[in-house]
Amino acid sequence: MTLDPNAFLAIMAMATATVLTRVAGLVLIRFVAIGPQQKRALEAIPPAVLMAVIAPTALATGPAESLAALATALAATRLPLLAAVAAGVFVVAIARALIGA
Amino acid sequence: MAPLIVAVMPIGLVFGAVAASKGLSSLEVTLMSALVFAGGSQFVAMDIWSHPASWVALGFSALLVNIRHVLMSASIGTKMPAFSGPAKYAAMLLLADEIWAMAEFRAARTRLSPAWYAGLAVPFYFVWVLASLAGSIVGAFLGDPKAIGLDFAFPAVFIVLVMGFWKGRENGAVLGASATAAVVVHQLLPGVWYIAAGAAAGVVATLLTGWRREACA
Repeated sequence: MTLDPNAFLAIMAMATATVLTRVAGLVLIRFVAIGPQQKRALEAIPPAVLMAVIAPTALATGPAESLAALATALAATRLPLLAAVAAGVFVVAIARALIGA
Repeated sequence: MAPLIVAVMPIGLVFGAVAASKGLSSLEVTLMSALVFAGGSQFVAMDIWSHPASWVALGFSALLVNIRHVLMSASIGTKMPAFSGPAKYAAMLLLADEIWAMAEFRAARTRLSPAWYAGLAVPFYFVWVLASLAGSIVGAFLGDPKAIGLDFAFPAVFIVLVMGFWKGRENGAVLGASATAAVVVHQLLPGVWYIAAGAAAGVVATLLTGWRREACA
């Protein structure tokens, strides 16, 4: 249980930077008027960010990940969240074992 | 919410194990998870961790990796009329990707309440911190999480959430633009620029479809 001063300083710098990004959005919407155009842009952000996070995994990592992503998406149309996630994890494990990726 | 807790546990364990292998003590690992609480930037930090640690490099990388939080807090901030001013800022301190995604998903269907948000974010936070600590202790004994597919738990959660955002053709243009930009940038640039690129492409796509509809009307 040691705490190196340099490590502590680095952790504090990371924490400060992260808190800044987290509250900056709140400050931003207090000073910038949200018209219909801005509202459309803000509404597009959540699906766009989510898609961007998963796209490289789903499309450009390997056949096992693409197959599992497809299975998860299909399962999501019928099953609750936990079941769909379990299906994805199951498929990726089986596919990796079979393909050897 | 249970799936999120289940999904964060293996990631926290892996983070703790990676950090221990980089020479961080359990106390340092726990402090970082408790104070930074942003998995992506913590993993990036482990990539560039040095001895002695450089606070300039690590602070700047955390700023870059987490710059998306500005857009996320702006977006979810407009959906918090039920929150008092201080509660809004307190909620932002626990704004992680997964919590934000679940909150957006919830806000699209019903009113976002402080109690619901706390019920999601607080357990998620403690599981992340405790799993990191546990990972730093048992790291050496942990098997490869890839072998049992646990590393796929987070992408799977995101896929389910994206499916919930599907609203038809116009929305499809946003998702298509985002996916294309993210994959291309992911191939070309290191780091997490692909997330910013996907977000920007999605916003441009929605503005373009909006202008075209106005032009046709």
